[in-house]
Amino acid sequence: MLATIDRVEGEMMAEIGSTPDLARLDELRVALLGKKGRVTDLVKGVSSLPPAERPAAGQAFNELKRSLEAALLERRTALAEAALEARLLAERIDVTLPARPRDGGRIHPVSQVTDELTAIFADMGFMVAEGPDIENDFHNFTALNFPPSHPAREMHDTFFLEARQDGEPLLLRTHTSTIQVRHMMANKPPYRIIAPGRTYRCDSDATHTPMFHQVEGLVIDRRTHMGHLKGCLIDFVRAYFERDDITARFRPSFFPFTEPSAEMDIGCRRTKEEIVVGEGTDWLEILGCGMVHPNVLRAVGLDPAEWQGFAFGMGIDRIAMLKYGMPDLRPFFDADLAWLHHYGFVPLDLPTTFSGLSR
Amino acid sequence: MKFTLPWLKEHLETDASAAHIALTLTSLGLEVEAVHDRTSELSGFSVAFVREAVQHPNADRLRLCTVETKHGVMQVVCGAPNARAGLHGIFAPEGSVIPATGKVLGRSAIRGIESHGMLCSARELGIGDDHDGIIDLDGAPAVGTPASEALGIEGPVFEVSLTPDRADCFGINGIARELAAAGLGQLRRRDFTPVPGQGRGPAIRLDFSAADAHACPLFIGRLIRGVRNGPSPAWMQRRLQAIGLRPISALVDITNYVMFDLNRPLHVFDAARLEGDVTVRFARAGETLLALDGREYALDDGMTVIADEAGPQGLGGVMGGEVSGVTGATTDVLLEVALFDPIRTALTGRKLDLVSDARTRFERGLDPEMAVAGMEHATRLILELCGGEAAEPVIAGAVPPGPAAIAFPVRELARLGGIQLERGEIEGHLRVLGFGLDGGPELYTVQPPSWRHDVTSSACIVEELCRLHGYDKIPPVPVTRNEAVSAGVLTPEQRRRGHLRRTVAVLGYTEAVTWSFTGENEARPFLEGEPVRLANPISSELSVMRPSLLPNLLLAAARNQDRKREDGALFELGARFTGGQPGEQVTALVGLRWGATGPRDWTGTRRPVDLFDAKADALAALAAAGVKTEALQVTAGGPAWYHPGRSGTLGLGPNRLATFGELHPRVLEAFDLDGRAVAFELDLDALPRVRARPGRTRPPLEAWPYPPVDRDFAFLVDDGVSADQLLRAVRQADKKLIREVSLFDVYAGKGMPEGKKSLAVAVRLQSPDKTLTEADIEPVARKIVAAAEKQLGAELRG
Repeated sequence: MLATIDRVEGEMMAEIGSTPDLARLDELRVALLGKKGRVTDLVKGVSSLPPAERPAAGQAFNELKRSLEAALLERRTALAEAALEARLLAERIDVTLPARPRDGGRIHPVSQVTDELTAIFADMGFMVAEGPDIENDFHNFTALNFPPSHPAREMHDTFFLEARQDGEPLLLRTHTSTIQVRHMMANKPPYRIIAPGRTYRCDSDATHTPMFHQVEGLVIDRRTHMGHLKGCLIDFVRAYFERDDITARFRPSFFPFTEPSAEMDIGCRRTKEEIVVGEGTDWLEILGCGMVHPNVLRAVGLDPAEWQGFAFGMGIDRIAMLKYGMPDLRPFFDADLAWLHHYGFVPLDLPTTFSGLSR
Repeated sequence: MKFTLPWLKEHLETDASAAHIALTLTSLGLEVEAVHDRTSELSGFSVAFVREAVQHPNADRLRLCTVETKHGVMQVVCGAPNARAGLHGIFAPEGSVIPATGKVLGRSAIRGIESHGMLCSARELGIGDDHDGIIDLDGAPAVGTPASEALGIEGPVFEVSLTPDRADCFGINGIARELAAAGLGQLRRRDFTPVPGQGRGPAIRLDFSAADAHACPLFIGRLIRGVRNGPSPAWMQRRLQAIGLRPISALVDITNYVMFDLNRPLHVFDAARLEGDVTVRFARAGETLLALDGREYALDDGMTVIADEAGPQGLGGVMGGEVSGVTGATTDVLLEVALFDPIRTALTGRKLDLVSDARTRFERGLDPEMAVAGMEHATRLILELCGGEAAEPVIAGAVPPGPAAIAFPVRELARLGGIQLERGEIEGHLRVLGFGLDGGPELYTVQPPSWRHDVTSSACIVEELCRLHGYDKIPPVPVTRNEAVSAGVLTPEQRRRGHLRRTVAVLGYTEAVTWSFTGENEARPFLEGEPVRLANPISSELSVMRPSLLPNLLLAAARNQDRKREDGALFELGARFTGGQPGEQVTALVGLRWGATGPRDWTGTRRPVDLFDAKADALAALAAAGVKTEALQVTAGGPAWYHPGRSGTLGLGPNRLATFGELHPRVLEAFDLDGRAVAFELDLDALPRVRARPGRTRPPLEAWPYPPVDRDFAFLVDDGVSADQLLRAVRQADKKLIREVSLFDVYAGKGMPEGKKSLAVAVRLQSPDKTLTEADIEPVARKIVAAAEKQLGAELRG
């Protein structure tokens, strides 16, 4: 009997080892170890053995079963492995095929830079004020101490509307200074605001567009003087250009709505192709500023002996060009996707002072 | 404003370099835009003597010159017809840069003969138009004399950009005064002693009512007889040319010279051409003037004219008349020195579109005290350069009072300027600028000089002191906020706007910033009434305020298509205008997609954009704006610029929050857009206001432990039944167990009865307190079918 077991074990092991696939292996398992399987048949023969041989035979059968099962498992693993290998081989794809197109939009440089300004000035305690694009003469000129027929009005190339208000022609604001007037008239001092927005002048050539963006700044309290003006704006340019070595100079200038008035220049290096801020020995005018004129404070109902402070105004498009190197202004308003994708910003790049303004 | 260094030195004794002067002026607020130094351009050029000039052996028109130069004797080939032996000319050695061309002069061989350097023409040196021959110097200047000296070229020319308040610096005397105040030299005093006169010229009458007397408070006429009006002397011509003025004749050049020299505009009439007395008055309707610029101007009664008995002969403060102007034949001249109202001068010039150097000065305001002095100085120059005999001046009106005195509390300097100066510094700075001082040391009465009518308040005095002290010496002080940690500065609406902008960009739209104006034709489809028109547009394409952001975005899309961007998505967030009054504007957000969803692509996901893209974007934007989108109602149809069957409106109760859809084919055609385009629009101001919340805690998560069960239902409904109707009917069939309802299939066409379609919905059921069994689900399913059937006539498909 034991000899028979030895013989069939050899045969069966050979059969298992040569089974070509998993389905056949399943069939073979049933054929060997199933209820009507060959091993089961042989086991039935044990009962016809003399009682003394039975334990040995039974034990031999158990060992046979165990080794068959082990062999089946081993074969199954090997076959499964091979099948997976084959599948993976068959599933091979040309991974150099292009990925599914996925393209996000961009944020316009004007919006991005406005957010940068907001982040910097918010750190200095400024709020953001807004006002209408269509204005009257009072907010754009008179309250800002532009005398009637003063040549400074002509410097503004004002767009007028056909619409009128109380017989006076309305206009498109020529600067965001209108917002400081509105803000002061609507709120109680002290004030610390920036006011970004669209501004308009009827001027159109290579470097001027009929619409552009300005940001106005206003600080009014009981103690702010020219030293604060300088400190605030020097801190601003260093934060905005993200270089703490930027040099600045203030020159006396004239604006009807400030006294004393100044223009601020920053140090730069000019070449034919570009302007590099923070290097070189040239100066670049960047903004106009000054102490708010007593007449402006009076026009909005404040006592200039009690309240004082500074205002400034600068071109957002212009400082965007300076920081990010756009050579021309006109494409800002052309909505050319190629330009916007090149100079625009990914939407999750929200400028903050904690993470840095820009990447 | 332009001036030259030698001219400045007539007013200022100084050794300062041009660069130092430029820097000082800029730091004083007189911004120097450029300094052109012709003398340095010509530094390599010098006088040469042509010893011999013979015919070039190989060219008829060329001469071979032997030239004595400071570099030795040179052989120069010259093509000028006037090249001759004995000529003193200007020699350019090899390696010089020729000013007119900017080219470096190299060694050359002309027709086989070497030429070492060049003899220059006036045009090549950039000092004139003469190119017919080389420069032929008068006299016999020494060989080697620098060209600028031999040619009498004026030294460095400064170009200063003056701010409107600094009228006083339109004269070189004013610029000198500033430099002297800054310590760059000593002012040279001019001699303005009166020139004695014989007899009197024509009478002068100021014909104004008392109310209008300021139109011309002072008019001085002085007759000078027997003048010769030839060319002005070379030194005067040189100076005028250097600052960009064309020499005309001695009399005219003198008026221009004095205008720049002393900021005192003058006019000269040919006295022989004036009829009778002179009257200064307002023009009468219908009067015209042929001005010196050759143009005829129609005058009105707001304009001040200088008239004789024949009519207007000059426009006060703006320009003289052609008829009474001086010529080479003039022998008797009437010199006019007057003061005119700045505002009226500005308005006249603006109305007539007439710009002149005189207007620029009059409209900014002149020094009234300079009228008499300027008249004497001009008389002296005329007598000196043109001869003749002066009459007594005839003075009508009087010199008006100068600027009012100002109370100046010294503490204002620290309060506004952030600096403190010693008493001596304060008084020194102000006195050197010509201010008179009384009182002190805490409170001064400051009398501005007659030329500084821009100084009107103590803040102006602060500026004067700060600029003389130096803006750069004001110590900067940081502006800090009161709290260590910022609470955030944006209003909820501003914050929402920023969030929306970035959300829409994440959705794939690129942000555009387009003009606030558009063309009237482009605006038309988006208008209900009349457009808001500009009175002075720069072009018809930018003539009305945009009633919607769409027209400019559609134009932008078409431009992009022209650049082969067949597909794209742009959005803009900005104002659209609902009327022409301040505040009649609404902040809108508009997204526009055109073409396909993406580029051509092997995976086959590309498809034309459709209104469901726009709808999804509108919903995402509303969600980003804080609107609960589950509560939104969708209604079919939108504004007229959309496809009437493919547009919709999203609303909350009576409020319309957003519209979306496919653009109307007629709009696409009008804007030259190919293919399909879809858009969504939000008016941010119409959105529910962001409410300030006291706390930030969120409700607990409803996480039920019992598993949900999904059931699908397919209904046969009439074509007219909307998906929204069916979803609502199903959702409301059982509020307790139905958690979610979604539509997953729409089918119409083959196999469907005529006028019917199939809508399939998936319903997810879940109970908060048990695992659902068939017995729980069955009644809900029946309710769903019943509701759909009862409300919409829907029939459950088998």
